[in-house]
Amino acid sequence: MKQSPKDIEESARRITRRGLVLGGAQVAFMSALALRMRYMQVNQADQFRLLAEENRINFRLIPPTRGLIFDRSGQPLAENEQNYRAVIVREDAGDVEAVLARVARIISLSDDDLARVLKEVKRRSAFVPVTIADRLSWEAVAELAVNAPALPGITPEVGLSRRYPMGSDLAHVVGYVGPVSDYDLSKLDDPDPVLQIPRFQIGKSGVESKMETDLRGKAGSKRIEVNAVGRVIRELDRIPGTAGADLQLTIDHGLQNFMQARLAGESAAAVVMDVTDGDILGIASAPGFDPNKFVRGISVADYRDLTDNKYVPLANKTVQGTYPPGSTFKMVTALAALEGGVIQPDETVWCPGHLETGGRRFHCWKRGGHGHVSLNESLQQSCDVYYYEIARRVGIDKIAEMARRLGIGVRHDLPMSAVSTGIAPDKAWKREHRGADWVVGDTLNAAIGQGLVLASPLQLAVMASRVATGNGVAPRLIKSVDGVEQPSGAGTALDINPAHLARVRRGMYSVSNSQRGTGYRSRVVDDTMTMAGKTGTSQVRNITAAERARGVFRNSDLPWERRDHALFVCFAPYDAPRIAVSVVVEHGGGGSTAAAPIARDIVVRALSGELPPLSAYPANQRSKVEEVLKGLDLRTPEPPKNGRTRA
Amino acid sequence: MSYLEYNVKTVPTGWRKILFVNWPLVLLLTAVAGFGFLMLYSVAGGSFSPWAEPQIKRFAMGMTVMFFVAFVPIWFWRNMAALAYLLSIVLLLMVEFFGAVGMGAQRWIDLGFMRLQPSELMKITLVMMLAAYYDWLDIKKVSRPQFILIPLFLILLPTALVLGQPDLGTALLLVIGGGVVMFVAGVHWAYFAAVIAMGVGLITAVFTTRGTPWQLLKDYQYRRIDTFLDPASDPLGAGYHITQSKIALGSGGWAGRGFMQGTQSRLNFLPEKHTDFIFTTLAEEFGFIGGFSLLALYALIIVFCIASALKNKDRFSSLLIFGIATTFFLFYALNMSMVMGLAPVVGVPLPLVSYGGSAMLVLLAAFGLVQSAHVHRAR
Repeated sequence: MKQSPKDIEESARRITRRGLVLGGAQVAFMSALALRMRYMQVNQADQFRLLAEENRINFRLIPPTRGLIFDRSGQPLAENEQNYRAVIVREDAGDVEAVLARVARIISLSDDDLARVLKEVKRRSAFVPVTIADRLSWEAVAELAVNAPALPGITPEVGLSRRYPMGSDLAHVVGYVGPVSDYDLSKLDDPDPVLQIPRFQIGKSGVESKMETDLRGKAGSKRIEVNAVGRVIRELDRIPGTAGADLQLTIDHGLQNFMQARLAGESAAAVVMDVTDGDILGIASAPGFDPNKFVRGISVADYRDLTDNKYVPLANKTVQGTYPPGSTFKMVTALAALEGGVIQPDETVWCPGHLETGGRRFHCWKRGGHGHVSLNESLQQSCDVYYYEIARRVGIDKIAEMARRLGIGVRHDLPMSAVSTGIAPDKAWKREHRGADWVVGDTLNAAIGQGLVLASPLQLAVMASRVATGNGVAPRLIKSVDGVEQPSGAGTALDINPAHLARVRRGMYSVSNSQRGTGYRSRVVDDTMTMAGKTGTSQVRNITAAERARGVFRNSDLPWERRDHALFVCFAPYDAPRIAVSVVVEHGGGGSTAAAPIARDIVVRALSGELPPLSAYPANQRSKVEEVLKGLDLRTPEPPKNGRTRA
Repeated sequence: MSYLEYNVKTVPTGWRKILFVNWPLVLLLTAVAGFGFLMLYSVAGGSFSPWAEPQIKRFAMGMTVMFFVAFVPIWFWRNMAALAYLLSIVLLLMVEFFGAVGMGAQRWIDLGFMRLQPSELMKITLVMMLAAYYDWLDIKKVSRPQFILIPLFLILLPTALVLGQPDLGTALLLVIGGGVVMFVAGVHWAYFAAVIAMGVGLITAVFTTRGTPWQLLKDYQYRRIDTFLDPASDPLGAGYHITQSKIALGSGGWAGRGFMQGTQSRLNFLPEKHTDFIFTTLAEEFGFIGGFSLLALYALIIVFCIASALKNKDRFSSLLIFGIATTFFLFYALNMSMVMGLAPVVGVPLPLVSYGGSAMLVLLAAFGLVQSAHVHRAR
């Protein structure tokens, strides 16, 4: 189309005009871009720099090494063992299945294991290590290392795991560790971030659990640079953590082992306390269990064996179990009456075999009665009527008060799981807990440690210690934390008339050392280890009038669950007490036959510091005792496998 | 016969043409491409493979094409405009029917030796076609409605085809690029005002009717618009990209974190760091200074193009240069707005810098046209 020069001129001017407008708009937009860039890169730079750093840098916690636990002589009770495992990294392995097949020739892998590893490997990123097998032997690790060229992507890793060299001996005391559960986390208000580390282990029971904060230590941390998919590029820096504190317990591992072996076969508990400072030298609950199984992850079958066992191996009967103390409670009643001034030590009470009160007849264990009974005879022969009488005179509140003063019905705060308070009942307690008024029959039952009274073997040992010393001895289980000695449990004088205490102790001496004493058969003839004790047999059922008319059943005729508990408390040596011992054999029958012999063996073992010498036993019993001692399954503690491992 | 053909005697011929090439523009293009090589080398972790080396080879090839196009007289290209436009439309239709499916949208034809994106070609041939149309059209008739309808059809036909692929970014570039040529050619203001008013009205209508019984779109379509407008509502998709991109850009600061020291790109937090988000890497490693320098180079290219267009008395040449320069401008302005979080992520590469073959080739060929107009202008 032909265009006139005039039009062309006009067109050129218009193009120039519009072109300049267009160019101006573009320059304006570019200025806006430049300003935006300046705003982001200069004004907001710090903020974005921070975000970039957050993207890039990850914190990883380095788990602290758990503190070790030793006995009073330095024998390790809980240690950290090096634990080898094999991991596979997909991106290094190439053909994962072929590599795993080769690994299976060295370490045994079940089809389930292989399937689990394959599934895990597929699910995770290519660079994440997946554990193939845990707890490998050193030989297996060495073989894997030698064959490394044929096993791309397979690396042995080393970690620490908890080991309990004393096995079941201290299962209830030391406890065990296990992986952190959601339940554990839910109990904590401000959980330590270290608990979020996969497979991190914390104390689940016993000292491991109660002293967790000391044992755990402080986690270290490292800052690592990661890329967008989380692959670690390099470590930037690391702050080392602090290992947990080492603990020393008051336990004597040799004595503990002896006690555990001596109680084997029974459902029983025994406590040995140093009366001078309250140190728990041995605290055994039978049957035990192997805590190492829990660390590795116990199988369902093994766990069911433990929970279905009628002897309840998982319960710590020494502190958790509470029993009617039976006649072992009579020292409490006696001291309450003596201190209350309602009876004199030499005053006698007539025992016709029973006592009538409130229209009810309360029987003595001896049907024919004991005749005239003084304090000494009442303890020696364990006359019940004597105690019915003095309890009626002094009243329950004074008895309960004395029980608490001697450590019964009071919670002794040992770092163990489920420590019971027991019950020292009085009028207020019954009203609050049973909603009923106290009746005199309750007092009589309580006087002989039946009825509402409940005490743990630990409390009985504390009671014996306090009777032996007249001091408020308190039990102590932790000797030192990180080398710092813990306060002694020696305690101060209890404000009980020493003469009264001496008479009660004399009565206990008669129990074990006079011919008519209920514990005479279980006496010690070595003068340096003379025992002063008290037997106890506590009913777990009511004896009906019909039964009594027929004649009380012999314990051996009853099913195990309905037999009486056998108890024995003592201290030794009589003239200069060093230890107090309590033994409870659940459904063991009579205290003198089932509990006293065990207590004697423990006393002799504790005081002699070695396998009980036969010379301490009456000559006519030695062959039988020898047989018992030979039958014990004692351990010589194995030396720690890898030394005291600290990573 | 246009003005140009009367003055043919003043146009350089033969090898003398080389003296009349717009050399500053060639230098600027090379400098911009140089930024690209540097960044591609950096994002590969200090390596020429896999990106920098092929990019350099393609740039060399593209420059050869540019000079070839530049030495062919501009009137030849004007005569070719309609043919080129038709060829592009045919290629777009081929993509529609035989094109391979790549990146979720049908965009390219496999020619064996290279993958051709007809939509790239279309941006340039559309501008050529419109420039030729207005060169032919009597100046007095420019704003008459029947002569508005023709360019409108020329723009909307390829736009519709590109939208069907679907490629929103290119469709936007076509409409704006074509509109700019019409604007510069002198179409009356009122038409643009009307189109803008209609657009605003339509958008308002779409949003105000939302939630009412007579809403214009389906619910899921509204949700798509939401994601499109607000990437943060899709944090793992487009939202992640734009967030990481802003972090990288902002953390560059005044002077940057240093060559090959950018943590965001080095550690793969940046997506598409060698293509659409390459500006982010530049801004992270060279800071405001680096980013502003590139922006300044781009601005200079535009300035040189406009200067050349204004000096050129040939109508076709002027309109063509304006059209190409504006298309180029739209490329980088959209890309930069996107990485700075000012525009939604629409997948527009940074011209001459992003890794990619056909885009660079087509752009350099287009600058060949600009050079041809410059060389063959009447003096």
